[in-house]
Amino acid sequence: MIINARINVRFKSGVLDPQGTAIKGALKHLGFDGVEDVRVGKLIEIKLDAASKEDAEGQIKDMCEKLLANPVIEDYSFELS
Amino acid sequence: MAGRDDARKLGLADYEYDEIVKTLGREPNYLELGMYSVMWSEHCSYKNSKPVLKRFPTSGPRVLQGPGENAGIVDIGDNLAVVMKVESHNHPSAVEPYQGAATGVGGIIRDIFTMGARPVALLDSLRFGSLDDPRVKYLFSGVVSGIADYGNCMGIPTVGGEVYFDDSYRDNPLVNAMCVGIIQHDRIVKGRAAGVGNSVMLVGSTTGRDGMHGASFASEELSEDSVAKRPSVQVGDPFMEKLLLEACLELLQNKWVVGIQDLGAAGLTSSSCETAARAGSGIELDVALVPRREENMTPYEVMISESQERMLVIVEKGHEQDVKKIFEKWDLNAVKIGTVTDDGMLRVLENGTVVAEVPARSLADGAPSVKRESRKPDYMETLDVDLSSIKIPADLNDVLIKLLSSPNIASKAWVYQQYDHTVRTDTVVPPGSDAAVLRIKGTKKGIALTTDCNGYYCYLDPYEGGKQAVAEAARNLVVAGARPLAITDCLNFGNPEKPGVYYQFEKCVDGMAEAARYLNTPVISGNVSFYNETRENAIYPTPVVGMVGLLEDVEKRCTMAFKKEGDVVVLLGENTDELGGSVYLREVMGVKGGRPPRLNLDVEKRVQDCCLKAIELGLVHSAHDVSEGGLAVALAESCIAGNTGFSGEIETELRHDAVLFGEGQSRIIMSLPEENLSLIQKIAGESNVNISVLGFVKQGNFKIEVKHKGVNIGKIDIPVEEIAGIWGNAIRWKVEN
Repeated sequence: MIINARINVRFKSGVLDPQGTAIKGALKHLGFDGVEDVRVGKLIEIKLDAASKEDAEGQIKDMCEKLLANPVIEDYSFELS
Repeated sequence: MAGRDDARKLGLADYEYDEIVKTLGREPNYLELGMYSVMWSEHCSYKNSKPVLKRFPTSGPRVLQGPGENAGIVDIGDNLAVVMKVESHNHPSAVEPYQGAATGVGGIIRDIFTMGARPVALLDSLRFGSLDDPRVKYLFSGVVSGIADYGNCMGIPTVGGEVYFDDSYRDNPLVNAMCVGIIQHDRIVKGRAAGVGNSVMLVGSTTGRDGMHGASFASEELSEDSVAKRPSVQVGDPFMEKLLLEACLELLQNKWVVGIQDLGAAGLTSSSCETAARAGSGIELDVALVPRREENMTPYEVMISESQERMLVIVEKGHEQDVKKIFEKWDLNAVKIGTVTDDGMLRVLENGTVVAEVPARSLADGAPSVKRESRKPDYMETLDVDLSSIKIPADLNDVLIKLLSSPNIASKAWVYQQYDHTVRTDTVVPPGSDAAVLRIKGTKKGIALTTDCNGYYCYLDPYEGGKQAVAEAARNLVVAGARPLAITDCLNFGNPEKPGVYYQFEKCVDGMAEAARYLNTPVISGNVSFYNETRENAIYPTPVVGMVGLLEDVEKRCTMAFKKEGDVVVLLGENTDELGGSVYLREVMGVKGGRPPRLNLDVEKRVQDCCLKAIELGLVHSAHDVSEGGLAVALAESCIAGNTGFSGEIETELRHDAVLFGEGQSRIIMSLPEENLSLIQKIAGESNVNISVLGFVKQGNFKIEVKHKGVNIGKIDIPVEEIAGIWGNAIRWKVEN
């Protein structure tokens, strides 16, 4: 079966996000004074041919641990459909 | 209150806990104990190494600042001085190579501009396992791009360093970053919190929970658990640091700045107690005033956080707004968090309530010194190799090719091509030669920089290895035409609680100290990194020597490349029959062990002086030191660099593999116009240095014949393009395949 996976990868809370900090600064310069914090992550979409939903879940998890996320400083989550 | 159990969990020994109770006259609370645990870790306190480090020579007529400050300073005349330091970031790089290496570079840059100097160059001394291991490739590529990105973003050229590969570094790579700055004598600033009532300000980035307990983490062996300790890794922000650099240098133009200190390991705790201890003062600060980027941080977390790109600034009372104005211009925070007091205490408040109060000096310098047991390790008794049983290979071309393709000898271009080494436009000898040379704009002068250490020699014989590391660094500067001035060192060893490791440490330091004394190159700054071991395997003892040298006239610099067809090639120094510790013996013949080559400091000094004189008189076209791979590799490198051939003949009584591939010390090859030969021979004679003609720079092949009593006993004959390709691409092939 074909499974669509949407994977979110973002810095763990507490890890400095220089990109987010830069965007926050730029937004403030543009006058968006209410901006309290900005964190930037990435969204990865994968179309996967898998035996079952459980199989897909296992594979996606493996991909995240091995390549898509850097578990040292990043968290990931995903949803399958 | 916190007891012994808490202390143990934080890595403090019982006798250390007792010492804290004695000093305070009461039990510490948990925050106080946490502060002690980071400050009394090996990384911050040097408790295992201090007595041994005293053996280094640290003063001299040119030394303006020795060890004890953020970085050492050495005079180069014209009211200018070089500021330098090297520091390790081994453990963070083993867990997260990219950020670990990047923040290592960031930290060492801050140490330099904290002194008021503008950073002008970076060097990196790296050690990894074998490149055949996929994880090593990951670590290697990650570390190199971490260094490249941080340095390149900051606009500071990475001009040199070294890379070695050996299985002993497989799980515990070494990442030692060195930064060099230039300063005017009257602009030197120190890390002191003097003057009661003066303001203590925190400037730069915000504080988060990153890097909690990094200092303690660096003082433990790596284990499977290390991965679970992940929050110890910080993320660097080089653009923020660039702003911080410019803001600080602007700030330091002002006379009302009393002191400045960067927040590195142990963050606010170390910077506050160290500045106070140096000035004999105290500091009172309120953690509620610290700008944060995370909510609900406890005083404990604020005091111990290792968030990057922050500085502690002490200014005269009344100038707080002036500081703010400068930092606001650069979009940076600058907040008064406390004041200097005269009671010698570091007092931490939270919204006005005292949450910790300990003597600053006890925190900064009070860690009880540990006298470790030192015993010659057993392996050293079984190193002898019977050379007579080793048959000399018939095909010497093949040996040369194997040597040139060893990652330990092959070109490191894959690494340094990722670094911007020309930004600031002062790099006149880029990476790839024996030492990098930078000009000092506005003067005729130049400085030469190098880092050196052969960890394998240090493993085989720590004393000789330590001596050799210093001598080789000096030799690398001399062949560039520079006079060696001073050392910064990064001493990487295993667990000092093991007598064998401590023996290696002591002996390496003794060897380095002796050579440093003899060659007039005092140690002005440095760093010790212990516990570099995993699964009971310690790294080779690796005391990295960073050295700076001065060229009075940068136009008289010299490189290793052969320049002109017809030039005569000579050898300064003597060939020996030593093969122990050589790359040839280990990697080509597969024989581990032997004694590393002996170094006679008197001979070394005379060879170096003779070479320097010849370069300064403008008599030579190239100079190159003979190191890993021996004479044949050194000659080949000069050919490859100059895109020329060579044809020579060596008459010897010795084993011809030792003559060609042995790593006997105190040897330099030079090329020069034939008409200068008699003059060089005269200079060598006056300095009592052995000199012999090896051959000529020629178009065509790389050709050497070795003869005994006129009879040919061995020969290398190979097209230069062939060896250039192998030497130039070996590392790329390994990494990319």
